[in-house]
Amino acid sequence: MHDEIPKNLKPMPEQIAYANVLFIGAWTGIVLMIITYLIYIGGILPPHVDVALITQNWDKGVDEFLKITHSPHGWGWLGLLSRGDFINFLGVVLLAVLTIICYLLLIAGYRKRRDWAYFVIAILEVAVLSLAASGILGSGGH
Amino acid sequence: MKYWKKFPFLVNLTLVMILTHPLTASAAENVGTDGATHPWWFWPLILFVFCFALGIIAVLAGVGGGVLYVPLVSGFFPFHIDFVRGAGLMVALAGALAAGPGLLRRNLASLRLALPVALIASACSIVGAMLGLYLSRLNPDIVQVCLGTTILGIAILLLFSKNTEKPIVTKQDALGLALGINGAYLDEGTGEEVSWKTHRTPLGLAMFILVGMLAGMFGLGAGWANLPVLNLVMGVPLKVSVATSKFLLSITDTSAAWIYMNKGCVIPLIAIPSILGLMFGSFVGVRLLSIAKPKFIRYMVIVVLFFAGLKAIDKGLGLGILG
Repeated sequence: MHDEIPKNLKPMPEQIAYANVLFIGAWTGIVLMIITYLIYIGGILPPHVDVALITQNWDKGVDEFLKITHSPHGWGWLGLLSRGDFINFLGVVLLAVLTIICYLLLIAGYRKRRDWAYFVIAILEVAVLSLAASGILGSGGH
Repeated sequence: MKYWKKFPFLVNLTLVMILTHPLTASAAENVGTDGATHPWWFWPLILFVFCFALGIIAVLAGVGGGVLYVPLVSGFFPFHIDFVRGAGLMVALAGALAAGPGLLRRNLASLRLALPVALIASACSIVGAMLGLYLSRLNPDIVQVCLGTTILGIAILLLFSKNTEKPIVTKQDALGLALGINGAYLDEGTGEEVSWKTHRTPLGLAMFILVGMLAGMFGLGAGWANLPVLNLVMGVPLKVSVATSKFLLSITDTSAAWIYMNKGCVIPLIAIPSILGLMFGSFVGVRLLSIAKPKFIRYMVIVVLFFAGLKAIDKGLGLGILG
């Protein structure tokens, strides 16, 4: 047994902070998904798209599906949070933003220790993920 | 549980039968084609059970959930490939996020290795996702054929790639040295401190362009490709490669998942039972690891992947040979 982990084997503090945020965020997201899904299938909140309409059309391409079901793309789900189906996006989106939040911790850490190469890499990653999340790239086309 | 321990063969057989039995597959398929005869909740339930079994098998076979989920669900369920890829990415992402904290705390996932790789892979997975969605709009059969071919390639890769526990890296290349891509970890088995560094870093990083694109295009996750590139090409020890590969998925899949989500490809009715089923299944899989025979399962999964790949090609080409 090792009483103490050698210094070079210890992760940097920001890595631990990253792990902690990830742990809390991932499990909150998963619990949120369970709760909102129960709300959805339990009919506690009325859905925006009837379940029967979904099952009749989920073999169609996304553009056609959105058109038939009058579903939004991009961040349009935010306006439908009172609906049983779209409330499910709370958990899904939490999982998808977690990495961006965690990277902000890394940026602060690398800046503090003046590790400029990794500071820039982390900033670029946040830019890439934010671009993907913004909806500028993927939400058009129908 | 203790009775199962007496019959490890039964455990293996049961798990594989769930996945490979034609009745399971045809039941799923029938439900899809005559969905009107079943209540609506039948569908999410079938998907949850199917994904639960997939989760167990994925852990035992040492592969990611996404790589099994996308070909099997797109082959046997009636969902359009757009929704399967969207859910597949969320499945892979949720699994990677849940595993991440443990890997980071134990310092097995290396941030110095992961960050440059993740930047390339995640940027390219956006391109892959956009290309995949474009091809799907053009003709979804193209995506099915490409997916089938990729799955066959993955099966061959799993069959023949021989990972190295501790690759010997005599001299670190200039890029790896400049970025300081090295580290050390404590081998809990031997108690020894293992130091590592990379070689062929530019080649490895270049290969992640393709890995990222494939991950985004097919929603497969990319653990199957991350591992051989990190371990065999860049010379990273197997334990660090496995952990960093899993951690990488949480970043690479995030960017592709956003593209699919913003496009409207994530339907909660499909995605949530898939995510939860695979997660719960993987928890059970971890418990069964000590009694099941992972090697046997791994070979069965390779057979299933071959079948799923051929099925996707068959579906894409409209041959109808495999049903």
